[in-house]
Amino acid sequence: MDFSFTEEEERFRAEVRAFLDQEVTEEFHQELEERGETEFSREFTKKLAQKGWLAMAWPKEYGGGGATMMEQLIFSEEIGYHHAPTGGHRQGINLIGPCLIVHGTEEQKREYLPAITAGEVVWCQGFSEPNAGSDLASLQCRAVEDGDYYVIDGQKTWTTNAHRADWCHLLARTDPDAPRHRGISYFLIDMKSPGISVRPLINMLASHDFNEVFLDGVRVPKENILGEKNRGWYVSQTTLSFERSGIAIPAGAKRNLELLVEYAKETKRNGAPLAQDPIVRHKLAEMAVDIEVNRMIAYRVAWMQHQGLIPVYEASMSKLFGTELIKRLGDIGMQILGLFGPLERGSRWAPLRGRIARACQFSLGGTIAMGSSEIMKNIIATRGLELPREPRP
Amino acid sequence: MNLDFSEEQEMLRTTTRDFLTKECPKTLVRELEEDEKGYSPDLWKEMAELGWMGLVLPEEYDGMGMGFMDLIILLEEMGRNILPGPFFCTVILGSLPILEAGSEEQKKELLPKISAGELILTLALTEPSARYDATGVATRAVAQDDGFVINGTKLFVENAHIADYIICVTRTKEGASPEDGITLFLVDAKSPGIRCEVMPTMGADKLCEVVFADVKVPKKNMLGELDKGWPVVQRNMEQAAIAKCAEMIGGAQAALDMTLAYAKERVQYGRPIGSFQVIQHYCANMWISVETGKNILYQAAWKVGEGLPATKEVAVAKGYINEAYKFVSERGVQCHGAIGTTRDHDIGLYYRRAKAAELAFGDTDFQRELVAQQIGL
Repeated sequence: MDFSFTEEEERFRAEVRAFLDQEVTEEFHQELEERGETEFSREFTKKLAQKGWLAMAWPKEYGGGGATMMEQLIFSEEIGYHHAPTGGHRQGINLIGPCLIVHGTEEQKREYLPAITAGEVVWCQGFSEPNAGSDLASLQCRAVEDGDYYVIDGQKTWTTNAHRADWCHLLARTDPDAPRHRGISYFLIDMKSPGISVRPLINMLASHDFNEVFLDGVRVPKENILGEKNRGWYVSQTTLSFERSGIAIPAGAKRNLELLVEYAKETKRNGAPLAQDPIVRHKLAEMAVDIEVNRMIAYRVAWMQHQGLIPVYEASMSKLFGTELIKRLGDIGMQILGLFGPLERGSRWAPLRGRIARACQFSLGGTIAMGSSEIMKNIIATRGLELPREPRP
Repeated sequence: MNLDFSEEQEMLRTTTRDFLTKECPKTLVRELEEDEKGYSPDLWKEMAELGWMGLVLPEEYDGMGMGFMDLIILLEEMGRNILPGPFFCTVILGSLPILEAGSEEQKKELLPKISAGELILTLALTEPSARYDATGVATRAVAQDDGFVINGTKLFVENAHIADYIICVTRTKEGASPEDGITLFLVDAKSPGIRCEVMPTMGADKLCEVVFADVKVPKKNMLGELDKGWPVVQRNMEQAAIAKCAEMIGGAQAALDMTLAYAKERVQYGRPIGSFQVIQHYCANMWISVETGKNILYQAAWKVGEGLPATKEVAVAKGYINEAYKFVSERGVQCHGAIGTTRDHDIGLYYRRAKAAELAFGDTDFQRELVAQQIGL
């Protein structure tokens, strides 16, 4: 075993870090917040594309950089540590792009991939519906053939960035009589199509990232189906080759922990620095332990992918561990900040510019989105530990 | 980066597991819990023949010259099987400090005998103050004639009742700091003035009270330098903490495996209890604890083996694995139901070991304080 990075990898990390130190400044964060785009920046996404980092681990033939999974890990770790916005490209780079590479026709690849690697097109994901959350296969959005088109009617929800996106990759039912996993197709839809309306869903932080999307007789050309008709479920389940380590979460948590450590050293309460309070020390140390543990699982997942293995339940573990961890960190952070904790940016009394108060609220979504903690445990138990499945009624 | 074990290491794991499964069944573990010595001399001999005691010792001392990570593999498998006996104290607490601080004469005299399984060693550090730092060392060694005289009480000394040598950590000077003035001695366990008594514990791990009353030690038995022994202890405590983590992870893995097997076969309400989501989630959480524990263990062990600074990594690993092993063994008992709480069931062996191992070489609070210092608090 060898836990060290090569000199070349260390050089790459230093280069990424220098770039991010320069770009992702406190002022940059503030500007994004004022625009209501904390997690989203088209300009930043384009800069990453210009650096050749956006699709660095994609194969070269599809406009990627052909980097190794360990290089991708380093990049994602630095992005996470700097809390850099990834909303402009996450869907394109991590989800629909790799799906297109596996299932797309040559024409589709030519049409969509270059715009993704250039950071020019923003995608959103039309999967969840009001009655299809964790149980996604019960989705009801309908697509009916009409000449050279499919006509789509239905409602999607929790659609992140739908109000900013150019395109949507969406699951709709094309055969209502087939068993539920076998009657779904995968569509690529221009968000400017007539019949699409987007309504905001405001999250706890009062920020607008989620949406409801209504599709009313939306006509989609037949060539915009991805993979075979009625095989959309399996397209969506493609064991994707994008980096699934989840490293950005412990990396971002590490940054917040460092800020809390600084705060504890600088802040006096009852006449002594908080850093001398054994309870505060204990709480922060506990978080430091969990962050290191999380980092090592993420490394393990990346390493497996680097070796060409598919980390199905290991990736679930990393996702579960990380998203639960940042909730604890938010809570502990708030405890340490005391009465000042809930103060938001804008108050001159707000510690760390309200960053912990934001993290505390924002972290709630993590254990629900992209497969809830409970779903992750189901995956680990049944696929990983081979426990018998629960009988379905 | 390479996060895989080598083929040789995988083979070492397999042969170790096969050997212990055959030679150290749970019946023997239970028998030895009641046994006065607490180990099987026959098994000890076989282990020596396999080269285990000298695994990481250089070939010039009849060792096998293998690496620290190889030792970690061995310890994981020992923890999995709950191998009773003086391997840990002889190899980790005995041979490693000698290898690091011993004179050439001491090494030549002792290490080949350790490799051959002819000597049992242990370390006497903790005292009634029950702490692992230098402040806790009150046992005095005073120069007299051409040697030293030791007086004091050591507690929680592993297997002192069967040891040939006890490495005794003593105070030889009141220095500027508690760390200054610590000296180590290789004490013949049969020296006059030593009184040793096994303390009954829930882990049945043969922890002893050792009283030193005017025990004379020749000067040549000093291990390392006069007054400057603490760094040797400190490094050994890091090695011991991470080695204990390996045993613990092996034990946690065994407790998980037993629980999974039980959940698949035990039927209630007409179906295996493992098909109930609540049991599935317990098991998922247990598996996560084991897997995360392994990854954090290997990183720290790699650093220790490479001789890199590892204070933070070891404290992180021990602090985490303490809680992980306790959690996994407790959930294991819960999933087994009432039978799991009996003295006869094997899952309880792991629960008792988890509690004992948590306290050894720094409990969770101790480790978290070290981590706090390491992150700049």
